[in-house]
Amino acid sequence: MDINATKKDGILTGSVKGRLDAVTASEFDVKFGEWMAAGERNVIINLSGLEYISSAGLRSILSAAKQLKANGGRLFIVELNGAVKKVFELSGFYSVLQVFDTEDAAIKQIS
Amino acid sequence: MELLSAIKKPAALQYLGEIVEMVSACARGQGFSDEAISDIELATEEILVNICNYSYPGVPGDVEVECKLDSGKLIIQFIDSGLPFDMSTLPDPDITAEIEDRKIGGLGIFFVKKLMDDVRYQRKDNFNILELVIRKRSVNSRPGIDK
Repeated sequence: MDINATKKDGILTGSVKGRLDAVTASEFDVKFGEWMAAGERNVIINLSGLEYISSAGLRSILSAAKQLKANGGRLFIVELNGAVKKVFELSGFYSVLQVFDTEDAAIKQIS
Repeated sequence: MELLSAIKKPAALQYLGEIVEMVSACARGQGFSDEAISDIELATEEILVNICNYSYPGVPGDVEVECKLDSGKLIIQFIDSGLPFDMSTLPDPDITAEIEDRKIGGLGIFFVKKLMDDVRYQRKDNFNILELVIRKRSVNSRPGIDK
């Protein structure tokens, strides 16, 4: 798994590539912890390059959303596709997370 | 019943990738679709994580995984000698709860039940024997999503 962070107009976007599973989820948690420590409030997670996610990966995403919410911020999930989209659908995560098709759509919600 | 491949490893997360890859290669070799292979990888991971986390509290133990073919159906069998656990008795998680109340516990098992055609469990001679069964299906059928 690879996480690439970019910041534009004060909004941090993390692009996650590869597989988010029971082994790699802790890497995501560490990276997200760094963003929280840096005081990020609104974070976009772009999953267009994510090929696979399991319940362990969802746990990390949920934890990230809860941490941001507790700090008055929000987590936005964008560009779900294929197997990852299916897992989000199955889990009912669409109803608890802010999911958008594109980064632009998420940015509109923030501003 | 034809044995396609088998692997035996310590029940530890560091072997997850290797075991999932073996099962995935089996499914690919049998001509399963990319979507079905993703389902199979997910179900395999969820079962293995469960075994690694709960079967052998505080002690080491092994997990054995076999892929078999039974009249066109792929059977993935998991054997461990840990604590008895029949996942079919587990209630489904609440997938409509609000974010603060959302729990991940039980979600992995829920995926397995949704994505596989059949899940069979037996406790035999102090072993847990769990079998996941998946049929090849047509491209249009999306298990778990179709209501």
